[in-house]
Amino acid sequence: MIRSTILAATLMLLPLASLIAPAQAGEEEVVLGLSQDRVAITADFDGSEILIFGAVKRETPIPEGPPLEVIVAVSGPNSSVTVRRKAKRMGIWVNTDSVIVDSAPSFYAIATSAPFQDVITDTEDLRYRVSIARAIRSVGAAMNIQDAQNFADAVVRVRENEGLYSLRENTVAVDQQTLFRSAIDMPADLTEGKYSARIFLTRAGQVVSSFETDIDVRKVGLERFLYSLSREQPFLYGLMSLAIAIAAGWGASTAFSLLRNN
Amino acid sequence: MLRSNGTMQVYLPIAEVSVNAFLLLGLGGIVGILSGMFGVGGGFLMTPLLFFIGIPPVVAVATEANQIVASSFSGVLAHFRRRTVDIKMGMVLQVGGLIGAALGVVVFNYLKSLGQVDLLVTLCYVVFLGVVGSLMFIESLNAIFKSKRQGSAPAPRRQRGWVHALPFKMRFRTSGLYISVIPPIMVGVCVGILAAIMGVGGGFIMVPAMIYILGMPTKVVVGTSLFQIILVTAFTTMLHATTNYTVDIVLAVLLLVGGVIGAQIGTRIGVYLKAEQLRILLSLMVILVCVKLGLDLLLMPDELYSLGAAGGH
Repeated sequence: MIRSTILAATLMLLPLASLIAPAQAGEEEVVLGLSQDRVAITADFDGSEILIFGAVKRETPIPEGPPLEVIVAVSGPNSSVTVRRKAKRMGIWVNTDSVIVDSAPSFYAIATSAPFQDVITDTEDLRYRVSIARAIRSVGAAMNIQDAQNFADAVVRVRENEGLYSLRENTVAVDQQTLFRSAIDMPADLTEGKYSARIFLTRAGQVVSSFETDIDVRKVGLERFLYSLSREQPFLYGLMSLAIAIAAGWGASTAFSLLRNN
Repeated sequence: MLRSNGTMQVYLPIAEVSVNAFLLLGLGGIVGILSGMFGVGGGFLMTPLLFFIGIPPVVAVATEANQIVASSFSGVLAHFRRRTVDIKMGMVLQVGGLIGAALGVVVFNYLKSLGQVDLLVTLCYVVFLGVVGSLMFIESLNAIFKSKRQGSAPAPRRQRGWVHALPFKMRFRTSGLYISVIPPIMVGVCVGILAAIMGVGGGFIMVPAMIYILGMPTKVVVGTSLFQIILVTAFTTMLHATTNYTVDIVLAVLLLVGGVIGAQIGTRIGVYLKAEQLRILLSLMVILVCVKLGLDLLLMPDELYSLGAAGGH
C-alpha cells in the first residue's frame, strides 16, 4: 500500500448548528481534521485510506438524553450513468432496455457510529441525502420502461460489488460524546475529481450539526501527463504511441539479430 | 478483476483500473511465446485475455492495435532483409485496409453509442476463433494421420477461377502475379474492418486469403501480410486515439516488453516441437477461448445490468 504522507489538516469552524437544529438543546459544532485533503493517483497507486477525525465543540454541558452519533459520508463526483439490462434475444444475452440515471456518485462510502437506522431518521435522510439509495438521483425514465427503480438499484448493487459504494456501520469511534474518528478506504480503481466529505452529528435520529469539506483526487505526474495528452492532444498522443511501438519493434528486431550473431 | 497481494500494481491512466504489472508482463510473455512458436500475431488471443482481467473492451481493442504495430514492425524487418515482402501488393492491400479500418471504426463507434459494442466484439471473436480453431484442429489432425500412414498425395490447389476474370489487372513482380487489383482490395477491406473491430492484425485471415484467393507464393505471404498489417493497425490506433481516446500507452508498453521477450523464447521452443503437434495445441487453445466467450453469451449472466457513461465522451 502506498500512502501519501501529506498531512494537511483542515480545521474550520462552522457556526451552523443553531441554524440547522434550533430545537435541539445543545449548540454543538463539528471541528474536523483529515489525514489528507488530496489523494494523488500515481503510477503505482494502490488505493488509499483517509483518516477522518474531529471533535464536537460546545459552549454548554453535554445534553441529557440520547447519545451523540456521527455519520461520515465521502462522495465522489456525480455524473449521469447509462444502465443497460440484458435480455435473451435469439438465444444469446444482449443489452436491450436502458435507463439514464441522472446523477450518481462515482464513489460513495458511509461510516456510522451505530446501525444506520438508529443514527438518522428517514425524514432527515431524505433532507440531507445521506444513504446510498438517496445519493442517486433518477428523475424519470423513458415511457417504455415500467421498472425504472430496478435500474437505480442496479447502480447501487454493481458499484457495491466493485467496492465503490459501501455502508460500514459501527466504524466511527465516538469518545466521551466529544471526539470521533473513522477511516475511509479509497479503492485502487478511483476516478479523479472533487470528492466531498460530509460529517453529520445526530441525536435521536435528528441532525444537530453538519460539516462539509473537499478532498481533491487527481492523477499526478506521468498519469496526469498521459491522460491530459490523450484528451487534449489526441493526435499527438496517437503518434507518440505509434513512435513507441515502432521503436520497441525495431529494438526487439535489432536485439534478436545481435543475439543470433553472437 | 484480478489482483495479487504483490506490490507491483500499476494504475493504467486511460483504462482507469489498477492491475498487476507482472500479470501484464506475463500475459505479454505467454502470448509472445505463442506468436514466436506458431508465427501468429497473437492479437486474437491477447484481446480476449485482456477482457478476462477486467480491461474495458474499448480500451483493450484500441491498445492491442498499437501493440500489434510493434510486434509486426519487429517481424517485418527480418523479412525485408530476406526480400520476402511484396511491397506493391502490400500497398494495394493497404488501400483496401484503410477503407476497411475507417468503416470498422465507424461501425464500432455507432454500436458503442447503442451499447452493443461488447456484443459485436464478442460475436466476432466467437465466430472467427471458432472457425479458425476448428479448421486448424481438423487440418492438423489430418496431417498427423497422413504422416503416420504416409499415403495419399497432397490435394492440388490454386485453381484459376473468378479472380482472373476481373478487370484492372496489375503486375506484381515479387509475387510473380498478373491479376486484377479488385480481390486484393477486397481482402484488405475485410481485414481492415476486423482490425478495427476486434483489435487484431488479421494475419490469421490474411495469410489463408493470400494463398488461396490471390494465389501468392507462400514465401512472400508472411512478410507482405506483416507489412500491410503495420499500416492498417497504425491507422486504427490513430482513429481510436483521436475519436475514442482509448489507447492506453502504459498498458501497451507493459504488453510489449513481455511480448518481445516471449517471442524470443517461443522461437527457440518452436524449433524442438513438431509442427502438427504445435498446431493442435494452438487450435485447442483458440477453441477454448472461443467456448469461454461463447458461454458468456449463452448462459444467463450473474448480473443482468451493466453501467456505462451516458452519452459517451
